[in-house]
Amino acid sequence: MSVYPLPVSQVIDASTSASERGTFLEKLHGWVVTVDHKRLGVLYILYSTFFLLVAGAEALMIRIQLAYPHNHVLSAQVYNRFFTMHGTTMVFMVGMPFLFGFANYIVPLQIGARDMAFPRLNALSFWLTAFGGFLLYYSFLGGAGLYGMGNAPDVGWFAYAPLTERSFSPGHATDYWALALIVSGFGTLGTAINIIATIVSMRCKGMTLMRMPLFTWLLLIVSMLTLVTITPLTAAQFMLLIDRYLGGHFFDTQAGGSSLIWIHFFWIFGHPEVYVLVLPAFAIANEIIPVFCRKAIFGYPAMVAASVCIMFVSLSVWAHHMFTVGMTSVSNAFFTLSTMLVGVPTGIKIFNWIATLWGGRIRFTTPMLFCIGFLFQFLIAGLTGIMLSVSPWDWQLHNSYFVIAHFHYVLVGAIVFCIFAGIYYWYPKATGRLMSETLGKWHFWLFVIGFHITFDTMHFLGLLGMPRSIYTYQPDRGWNFLNLVVSVGGLIQGIAVLIFAYNFIVSYWRGEVAGDDPWDAWTLEWTTSSPPPVYNFEEEPEVHSRRPLWDLKHPDDPDWEYES
Amino acid sequence: MSSIPVSHPVRTVEWHLPSKRRVGMAALIVGESAIFTIFVVAYVFYMGKSLSGPTPAQVLEVPILATICLLSSSLTILRAEKAIEADRMRSFTVWLGATIALGTAFLTGTAFEWKKLIYQDGLTVSTNLFGTTFYSLVGLHATHVVVGLSLLTSIFIFSLCGWVDSRQSERFGVVALYWHFVDAVWIVVFTVVYLIGR
Repeated sequence: MSVYPLPVSQVIDASTSASERGTFLEKLHGWVVTVDHKRLGVLYILYSTFFLLVAGAEALMIRIQLAYPHNHVLSAQVYNRFFTMHGTTMVFMVGMPFLFGFANYIVPLQIGARDMAFPRLNALSFWLTAFGGFLLYYSFLGGAGLYGMGNAPDVGWFAYAPLTERSFSPGHATDYWALALIVSGFGTLGTAINIIATIVSMRCKGMTLMRMPLFTWLLLIVSMLTLVTITPLTAAQFMLLIDRYLGGHFFDTQAGGSSLIWIHFFWIFGHPEVYVLVLPAFAIANEIIPVFCRKAIFGYPAMVAASVCIMFVSLSVWAHHMFTVGMTSVSNAFFTLSTMLVGVPTGIKIFNWIATLWGGRIRFTTPMLFCIGFLFQFLIAGLTGIMLSVSPWDWQLHNSYFVIAHFHYVLVGAIVFCIFAGIYYWYPKATGRLMSETLGKWHFWLFVIGFHITFDTMHFLGLLGMPRSIYTYQPDRGWNFLNLVVSVGGLIQGIAVLIFAYNFIVSYWRGEVAGDDPWDAWTLEWTTSSPPPVYNFEEEPEVHSRRPLWDLKHPDDPDWEYES
Repeated sequence: MSSIPVSHPVRTVEWHLPSKRRVGMAALIVGESAIFTIFVVAYVFYMGKSLSGPTPAQVLEVPILATICLLSSSLTILRAEKAIEADRMRSFTVWLGATIALGTAFLTGTAFEWKKLIYQDGLTVSTNLFGTTFYSLVGLHATHVVVGLSLLTSIFIFSLCGWVDSRQSERFGVVALYWHFVDAVWIVVFTVVYLIGR
C-alpha cells in the first residue's frame, strides 16, 4: 500500500528473534517470563479478548432470559450472578486490560523508547491483573465452599452496602469479588505508574510534550486519573473485607455504619472510571481519524487542553449516580452543573474530529468505519448523558433501561468500537499481517446494526418504565415486543463478534503481508519493522515535529517548518 | 540495514528528562494519598457516631514520644541521603541505622498503645465504629511504616556488607522519598485522630 520507499530500521540479526526458535514449551516459557512491553501488550489484548467473549456470552444469556416474559432459562439467583459478573468482567477484565494493552504496545513505540520505564513491574502488573480475573471466575467453583455447585457474586457490579455485609451475603462469593478487584487493582496501579514514568522520562530526543502523539498524551492523562481513581475502590474494598472478616462496622447499618458512604466511595471510583475507559478510546480515534482522512489532526492544543479539563472535571461529578438517594438541593444542583460542564471539553473534541474529517480524503477502511461509528454513537451517548444529568429527569429514569441504554452507548458504542478500530489498525504492526478487510466490513456492519437494534430500543423500554436488574416481567406491561427486539440485536452483535474472533485468529496465518507501514501513517511506531524487533529501534530516533514520519516521507515539505 | 535517519541538521536540542524512578515513586505517592484520603474521610465521617463506648476521649492518649521519633527520622534519613551523595559510607550507615531505630521506636509505641487499648480498655475492631475506623486508619499507616522499615533494613544490611556506594544514591533517594511520605501522612493521621478526633 505504501508508495514511499521507507527507510526503516531492520532487525539486526533475524535469526536471534525469539519467536523464530525453540520448541513449543520453550516458546510458552518465553511468553510467561517475558518483560518485553510488546509481548505483555499482546498478552493483555489476548486476555481481554478472552474475557470479552466470556462476558459477551453472559450478556447473551441475560438477553435470552429477558426475550419473553416469564422465561425460565435462568433462575432469579443465577440471573443476579450473571449481570454482576457481566458488569464486573466488562469493566475490570475487558475494558481496562484492553486499553492498557494498547498503551503497553504502542506508547514506547510512539515515543521512540526501547521499553517501558520498569519492565519487570510491567510483567508483575499484567500477572496481577490476570490473577485477579481468574480469581473472580474461580468463584463459580469455589464461591460457596464445598457445597457442590458453587456460585458467583450476585450483588451487582457496584455491590451496594449493606447487601454485601456478612449477614446478607453469607458464603465467599462477595469476598471473591472484593479480593479479585483488589488484586487486579494493584496491577492497574502498577501499570499506571509505569506508563506515567515511561512517558515523562523515556521520550526520545526532540519529543517535547507538545510534539507527543495524541495517543500518548491521552494515555498520560488517563494514567494520572487512574492513580486517584482505582485507589479509592481498593480502599473501600479493604473496608468491606474488614467488615466481613474482622467484624468491623464501616457499612454495618445495625451498628451506626452508613450504606451511603459506600455509595459515595464506589462512585468516587466509578465515575472517573468511565473517563479512564473512554479517554483511551478517544486516544485511538485521535490516531486513526487523521491517518484515514489524510490530514493532520485539527486543533492539537485544544485536544490536549480538553483532555486535561476532562481529567479534572470528571473527579467532581460522581454523585450524579446518586440523585435518588436523597441529597440536598445544593448537592443536586452542583452535580447537575458539573456533569453538564464535563460535556463542554467533550464537545470540543467532537468538533475537532469533525473538523479533521472536513475536506479530508477519507479512506473507508475497517478501522475508519469503526471510528465514524464511534463519533456518531458517542455524540448520542453524550446527549442522553446531558439529559440524565438533569436531576428531576434522573428521578424519573434512575435505574431504568434508559440508563442502561445510555451507558452501553458509551461503553459499547464508543469504547468497544474504538477498541475494534485500534485492533484493526495496529494488528499489522504486531503480527506483520493485515486482518481481512472483507470480514472486517461484515463485522462492522453486523455489529453496528446489532448495536442499534439493541441499544436504541432499550431507551424506549426505559421510558416505558422497565427497571434494570429484573430477571423477568409480567406479559401485560407492554414490554414484550421491544424486549424481543433487544435480544435479537444482541444475537446479531454476538455473530459479529464471532466473525471478528475468526478474522483475528485466521489472519495471523492467512492475512495479507502488511509491510512496515501499511496505512501510510505518520507516527514513530510505523518506522520500525512489523513486528518490531525486541529492541524496537536500532538507533534512538530524533523527532522535530508531531508527525516525524511525514517529515521523512516529505523532506521538501516537513511539518517542523510550520510548528513552533 | 540502516536505521531511521530521523536526524535533521536543523536544530540540535538539549535533552534532559526527569529520573524515571523519582517520577514512578511520585506517582505511587499520589495513588497512596488517595487511599489514605478515603480512610481519613471515613474516620472523620464516623467521628462521634459510635453507638457504644469507649470513646476516643476516654481511652486515647496522645503519642507525643512516638510522633517525635517518627518525624525526626525524616531528618536522619535526610542526613543519610546527603552522606550517600558525598560517598561518605560510614556516615551513611550510621544515619540509616538511626532512621531504622527511630522507626522501630515509633512502631513499638504503637504496639504498646494497641496492647493497652485491647487489654485494658477492651477496644477492638468490632467493638464500635471508633474501633473500626481507628484500627483501620492507624493500622494502614503502621503497615506503610513496616514496608518502609523493611526497605531501609535491607539497604542497611547491604550497606554493612559493603554493597552500597554513591552510585546507588538516586535509588536510595527514591526510598527516602517514600519514607518522607510515610512521615507526612502521620502528621495528617495524628492531627485527625489525636487532636481533632479526641
